[in-house]
Amino acid sequence: MRPVSDPEIERVFREEFGRAVAVLVRSFGDIDIAEEAVQEAFTVAVQRWPETGLPPSPAGWIITTARHRAIDRLRSDAARADRYAKAALMQSENYPIDDGPVRDERLRLIFTCCHPALASEVQVALTLRLLGGLSTPEIARAFIVPEATMAQRIVRAKHKIRDAGIPYRVPPSSELADRLSSVLAVVYFIFNEGYVASAGESLDRSDLAAEAIRLGRILVELMPDEPEALGLLALMLLIHSRQPARTTSGGELVLIADQDRTIWDRSLITEGQSIVRLCLRRNLPGPYQIQAAINAAHSDARNVAETDWNQILQLYDQLLALTPTPVVALNRAVALAELRGAAVALAEVDTLELRDYHLFHAVRADLLSRVGRNEDARDAYAAAIARTANTAERRFLEQARNALPA
Amino acid sequence: MKQYMLSVYHEDGGPELSSEAMAASVRDVDALNQEMDAAGVWVFAGGLHNDSTASVLRVKDGAVVTTDGPYLETKERIGGFWVIKADDLDAARAWARKATVACAAPIEVRPFHDEPEA
Repeated sequence: MRPVSDPEIERVFREEFGRAVAVLVRSFGDIDIAEEAVQEAFTVAVQRWPETGLPPSPAGWIITTARHRAIDRLRSDAARADRYAKAALMQSENYPIDDGPVRDERLRLIFTCCHPALASEVQVALTLRLLGGLSTPEIARAFIVPEATMAQRIVRAKHKIRDAGIPYRVPPSSELADRLSSVLAVVYFIFNEGYVASAGESLDRSDLAAEAIRLGRILVELMPDEPEALGLLALMLLIHSRQPARTTSGGELVLIADQDRTIWDRSLITEGQSIVRLCLRRNLPGPYQIQAAINAAHSDARNVAETDWNQILQLYDQLLALTPTPVVALNRAVALAELRGAAVALAEVDTLELRDYHLFHAVRADLLSRVGRNEDARDAYAAAIARTANTAERRFLEQARNALPA
Repeated sequence: MKQYMLSVYHEDGGPELSSEAMAASVRDVDALNQEMDAAGVWVFAGGLHNDSTASVLRVKDGAVVTTDGPYLETKERIGGFWVIKADDLDAARAWARKATVACAAPIEVRPFHDEPEA
C-alpha cells in the first residue's frame, strides 16, 4: 500500500471539495448540510487515507462518506422533529444515488452562488467558499474584512438561499447570457483582487489570482461552448503571464512598457494565445474575448517598440462599441496616444466623466507630462495619489510625480 | 409550494404619471392579475390608499393606544402588493419582472415562512 501524503490529500481537497459540495447540495437541498458533511468526510480521509492509501475514486469516496454522515446526522435531528432535517432527508430519498462516475453538479452551484438576488461581495465570498473550498478566515483575510463579518455574511447568504428559495439550477436559455455574465464578473473580480489589491500593502495576492484561474478553468470545462468563458480564461492567463515582471524585487510596480519580457511566463502566454485563436475561429466576439485579444497582442511583441498599436486600437474600437464605458474609452486613449500622439489622446481623456477613478488621473498625468504641461501633470498625479489605497501603486505614482522636470 | 409577497414601492416626490400612463398601468396590472390567476399562482393582491390614511396601534403601559400613522416616516412607501405561489425565487422573480413593468415602480420580493404541509 502506497502511503498518502498530506499534500496529496490537500490536492484532492482543492480539486474535489466544490464538486462534492455541489453533489450533496443537490441531494439534500441545503448548503449547510452539504458543506458540513463534506468537511467531515475530509476529516475522516485525513485520518484514514495515510494508512489505507488513496481510494480508487477519491471524489466518490468523499461523496459517499459525506452522504452517510449527513444521513446519520439528519436522522437524529429528524427524531427531534427538526423540520429542515425531515425535508432534507425526504429530498435525499427522492434523489437517485448513482454509483457510476461522479456527476458534476458544480455548474448549478455556481449559478446559485452568483444569483443576482445576492449582493456582489456575497457572490464572491460564496463562490470562493463553496466552489473554491477556501476557509472563511482565508476569504476574510483576502478581502481585508474582519473574520466575524465575513462569517456572518456567508451565514446570512446561505440562509437567504434557503429561505428565499434561490434555486440550484442552470438558468433557462432566455436568462443564460445575463446570468453567465454575472458568473464571469465574479471570477474576474476575484482575479483582479488577486492582481492588484484594492487596498493594503502588497500589490498582489497571487493566490487569489490563481484561484480565479482555477475557477475559470472549471467554467470552461463545464461550459465548453461559451466563448466568453473561454475569453475570460485567456484574458486571465495572459495577464497572469506578466506576473513575474510587473514588480521589482523591492516590490516596486513596473509598467508593461518597462517590463523584462524575457521573464514573462511563456507557457501561460502560449495557452492564452491558443484560446484567443480558438475564439477568433468561432467568431462570436464578446468583451472578455476582445480584452484577451488585446493582451495577446501585447504578448506578441518582444519589446514595446514592436507592439502592434494599430491592431490594439482596432480591438479597443470593437470593445468600445460593445461596452461603451468611460473606463474602456480611457484604456483606448492609452493606445491612441501611441499611434496619434499624447495631445490627441489627452483631448479624448478630458471628455471622460471619471473624476473618482485614480487611473483616470494617472493616465491624464502621463499624457500631460508628454505634452510638456508639467504643472498640470503634477496636479493630476496628486489627484491620482489621493484616490488610491494601494501602497505599491501610490509609491509608483509618487515617483512619477517626483521625476517630472521642475 | 412557497409563497412570496411582491410589494410595490412608490417614492414621495417621484415622477407623476400622466393620466394616460396611469390608465395604461391600471390596464397592465389588471391583465397581470388575470395572467397570474390563469397560471394558478395568484393568492391575493390589492392597492393601498396613501399612507396619510394609516393608523398605528401599539401596547403602551399595558393599554393599546392608537395614533396617527404611518409607522415609518420614510420617502418610500408600499402602494400595494401581491401574494403569489411560486416554486422558487426565480419563478417569483419572473412574475415580479412583469409586475415592475406593469406598475412602473420597484417591486420587492420577499418569501413567507413556509406553511407546514397540510
